Amino acid sequence: MRKMSKILSLCLMCLSFVCAGSVFAGDTIVIKGSTTVLPVAQVASEAYMKMHPGVNISLSGGGSGNGVKALIDGSTNIATASRFIKPDEVKLAQEKGVYPIPHRIAIDAIVPIVHTENPVTELTTEQLSLIYQGKIENWKEVGGQDLKIIVVSRDTSSGTYEVWEEKILHKAKVTPKAQLQASNGAVFQAVSKNRYAVGYIGLGYLNKSVRGLKVDGIEATAATALSSEYPVARPLFMFTNGWPTGTVSDFINFVVSKEGQDLVKKEGYVPLF
Amino acid sequence: MSRKVKEIIIKNIFLLFALISIVILGLIILFLFMEGVPIFTVVSVKDFLFGTEWCPTYDPPEFGIWSLIVGSFVVTIFASIIAVPLGVLSAIYIAEIAPPLIKEIFKPVVELLAGLPSVVLGFFGMAVLAPWMQETFDLPTGLNIVNASFLLALMAVPTISSISEDALYSVPQEFKEASYALGATRVETIVRVIVPSALSGISTAVILGMARAIGETMVVLMVAGGATAIPESIFDSVRPMPASIAAEMGEAPFRSYHYHALFATGIVLFFLTLGFNLIADYVSHKFKEVGSATL
Repeated sequence: MRKMSKILSLCLMCLSFVCAGSVFAGDTIVIKGSTTVLPVAQVASEAYMKMHPGVNISLSGGGSGNGVKALIDGSTNIATASRFIKPDEVKLAQEKGVYPIPHRIAIDAIVPIVHTENPVTELTTEQLSLIYQGKIENWKEVGGQDLKIIVVSRDTSSGTYEVWEEKILHKAKVTPKAQLQASNGAVFQAVSKNRYAVGYIGLGYLNKSVRGLKVDGIEATAATALSSEYPVARPLFMFTNGWPTGTVSDFINFVVSKEGQDLVKKEGYVPLF
Repeated sequence: MSRKVKEIIIKNIFLLFALISIVILGLIILFLFMEGVPIFTVVSVKDFLFGTEWCPTYDPPEFGIWSLIVGSFVVTIFASIIAVPLGVLSAIYIAEIAPPLIKEIFKPVVELLAGLPSVVLGFFGMAVLAPWMQETFDLPTGLNIVNASFLLALMAVPTISSISEDALYSVPQEFKEASYALGATRVETIVRVIVPSALSGISTAVILGMARAIGETMVVLMVAGGATAIPESIFDSVRPMPASIAAEMGEAPFRSYHYHALFATGIVLFFLTLGFNLIADYVSHKFKEVGSATL
């Protein structure tokens, strides 16, 4: 009798697994890509999973390029990117029969930052460009103390760098003396502990331990970024292969909904509305 | 099943396992070359190795890794300058001088240092050592060659120490006894007899320690600063090869020239560590102290 019930329960268990498999099939969403989008994707997926207990979202960073790469080889459902997809990537995707569709989910403003003891409060895009090219090497040239400027930049292939290159440097080369940090957090860390340093991070990473500079007299805030007044802002994307369906579409709808955009705001990015 | 057959089966199973690691290594090397070699269609080997401009995302891109190679060598050499005395002297202390109780404590502690995750060391360098160094010496940046070298030295010490220690232990007891019998003091015995006879082993230890330092990624990524300029002082930032690969691979478009260039950098790094290992192997065989005469 005991054996019987054991077998029965085992059968039931198997059955429930099978059922679960059919009911929740495809309810695992894999998200990969930009570290800039990561905090948003993180809170959004936590909130979404709380609302839909059967859904499982697996999340990883690694950079916009990695996300798109993963979308192309089919190892992710959603690729997050802090830049638009590159022509090379589109070509590669089409060769593999993948059709990346962009979904704008937030706007990110990139803020130049300095140490809190640095008296400089604003720079023009021109000054920032010259500093990053290594043509202005001392803070006194831009109204600061007589200190050498330590330029902190991101790795040249990060999405954040690409925006900086486009909006500030206008394709000029960064001085080879610039320090390289591999993430927003690392740039923040390096600048917050160094009176000589200037760096740039996403608005979402800005807090009181560093000073965000005004650019061309405009402070980076949600309002100025959304109105395109602030010069160093960019949209953030989630890419899917073809128009999303089922859970993936539901998730993206959630991110761009009022609730999702509140989360975007909470993370320090600029919501779409 | 006869014992003989069993024996053969077991033998082959072991052979298989040994082969797996060789095959995997072979495949990794093959992959490394397949992904790295295409860069040489746009840049010559000489320009790649000795070009000083590393601007892989510009138009037109430039792939010269000389400053990265210099960065790697500079931090490795400084790390060795710190790690070799530390490692060798601690090995001598543990192997020859320390009383058994202290030896019991020291040996595992030094080996524990080897188990310390490099990212933890990197954090320490970034959050503690760099600000301290900057304040104390009034430097523009604490993320520099000295900082990275110091942390790399900490990682190389256990390798150098434990291999040197083995070398010291393998010096025949008779050498020591003969030295004492001739009236030599303990210090004289260590300096003139034991260390010279263990020299090949110690050299191997040093070279393997350096190989460890040159291939280390996380620490140099976090604390070396990452500037691609050729350093002018030991307080400048550099970007060693592994740091460049780790930082840029994430966002280099798949199969782009930048991607291939990073793999080619990996090939250079592979040849360097291979070189270090071959030298270590050569030294340990060539200058091995063999045999001892006893009555």
